[in-house]
Amino acid sequence: MMAVELSTAKLEDLARTARREIINAVVVAKAGHLGGPLSAIDILVALYFRVLNIRPLDPTWPDRDRFILSKGHSSIALYTTLALRGFFPLEELSTFDAMGSRLQGHPDMNLLPGLDMSTGSLGLGFSAGVGVALGAKLAEKNFTTFVMVGDGECNEGIIWEGAHVAQRYALDNLVVIVDENNLQQFGWRGQTATDRLPPYSDKQLAHRWEAFGWQVSEVDGHDIDEVTHALTRARGASGSPVAVIAHTTKGKGVSFMEGNFRWHSRVPTVDEINQAMVELGAPPSLTGA
Amino acid sequence: MLLREGKALRVAFGETLAELGNTDRRVVVVDGDLGSSTGADIFEAAHPDRFLQMGIAEQNMLGVAAGLATIGFVPFVSTFACFAVARALDQIRVLIAQPKLNVKIAGGYAGLLAGKTGKTHLMFDDVSIMRALANMTVIAPADEIETRRAIEVITATDGPVYLRITREPSPKLFDDDYVFHLGVASRLRDGRDVTLISTGVQTTRVYESADLLAKEGIDALVLHVPTIKPIDEAAIVEAARETGFVITVEEHTILGGLGGAVAEILGDQYPVPVKRLGIRDMFGESGPDDALLEKHRLSPARIAEDVRLLLARRVR
Ligand SMILES: Cc1ncc(C[n+]2csc(CCOP(=O)(O)OP(=O)(O)O)c2C)c(N)n1
Repeated sequence: MMAVELSTAKLEDLARTARREIINAVVVAKAGHLGGPLSAIDILVALYFRVLNIRPLDPTWPDRDRFILSKGHSSIALYTTLALRGFFPLEELSTFDAMGSRLQGHPDMNLLPGLDMSTGSLGLGFSAGVGVALGAKLAEKNFTTFVMVGDGECNEGIIWEGAHVAQRYALDNLVVIVDENNLQQFGWRGQTATDRLPPYSDKQLAHRWEAFGWQVSEVDGHDIDEVTHALTRARGASGSPVAVIAHTTKGKGVSFMEGNFRWHSRVPTVDEINQAMVELGAPPSLTGA
Repeated sequence: MLLREGKALRVAFGETLAELGNTDRRVVVVDGDLGSSTGADIFEAAHPDRFLQMGIAEQNMLGVAAGLATIGFVPFVSTFACFAVARALDQIRVLIAQPKLNVKIAGGYAGLLAGKTGKTHLMFDDVSIMRALANMTVIAPADEIETRRAIEVITATDGPVYLRITREPSPKLFDDDYVFHLGVASRLRDGRDVTLISTGVQTTRVYESADLLAKEGIDALVLHVPTIKPIDEAAIVEAARETGFVITVEEHTILGGLGGAVAEILGDQYPVPVKRLGIRDMFGESGPDDALLEKHRLSPARIAEDVRLLLARRVR
């Protein structure tokens, strides 16, 4: 069941709201990640508002499309999207990472309805996704399984073990979205200690997925229409699984976080929060000014 | 007596390796994309050419470390304890423990206090798993000083080691002139009523609980066991002999860790009642460090309460 068709402008607005909610939740929790959630949020909004066949009020509906956030450290982006989509009240985001919360630091499928897999150890969510898609084939189910991985996460050997098996079984009901924001947590050093190299050079990841027999498309991961189009096409693919390489910016939307590895996981100061909120178009009353 | 403030073990870890690297060119650090969390970035800043980034690929990283050791390097593998021990266990077992290769595995963010990361990251079965491996030395230092000394000793000693490193600043238990001997426990306090045995940073909280107990007239012997394998059997048996009642306390599961090791030794050599305090057969969760310590009854006040209760039950 699709959400009421929302215009692109509306969804862009929603994504901006989501970015503010993400920052707020991390500030309240005094912990969590920002760079990865901010690079992924436009893709998640496109997925949950335009692509996935889901029922927020019936989150265990057996025929729903599945989504697994394999880069589980970006959990707050997924929680925010689920809340905006009506899975649970937005206010619950303030319990992020708190003791006893359903919104654990890394996704826990036993606690929060709407999570199709527990993740947090990189690489593992993807292989579970291969299993979900294989199970859907065996059970003759028609839904599609989407998995989001990070570009750093593609360092893990298990990604390529899963990619191989998915191609062997021609899992055309499986779509991997690579959030290629060109940074991992620490990564390889460039000329200086603050200059960190991207996990992969240009086109390297796209070529790798191709070499493993996957159909590959590349999109601007911050263009909601482009993402929607690519994911919709991917779910209709046949013969082999599909990788959508989404070119993104880590920390997208907040100028001083963009492309800076130090914002992988860090809690902003009061001044930084205010500046971020202004840049994200918060109404003046919310900027704390 | 309140202990003095000290640095986080992870900071001592990075600083000590950076210093050792000045004189010992065999020392290399092998990172799994977590240098900015584990303290390994301190080494990278000092010795960028001997800092080897393996990316987010722990299984390969442990294998690479095994290979480096055969060339004469002393690789310190650095990642979170969960990803070293749980993700790369086959590599540790077959490529490091079985051939007794000179790899030092530093498990960062070990225990309960890992800054709100939750179930996947909180690792408190690492000691049980690693001590079950033949040939593996297992060390859990209590403070920054012991971390420094332990790293110096294991760098100079051939063979595989698992070193438990924690995230949060922790109090200083030892003075600068402290000497660390591999496999030797240190008695921090004599006592007649009960023997408290602990390891790692948890010892600092046990030490403080002994002061609380003393105020109530309970005289606790405190034994710190930094090397969990090979363990100081003689010191444990002697401490049990003196009080006749042993309580182990660990920031770790009570299944197979320090408490398990102590129960095995005393069961074999000097059977006295042994009670194990620690985390009870469950996984971790998100939460503030203090709240997690309270929940698992590992703060000084909760330890003192439980010791008092166990002693009272025993007398009856
Ligand atoms: C197996 C494993 N190793 C290490 C980590 C610690 N870690 C969390 S996020 C991260 C970097 C992830 O980089 P990337 O996949 O590119 O994600 P993004 O940049 O989108 O945040 C690391 C190393 C982990 N969660 N799991």
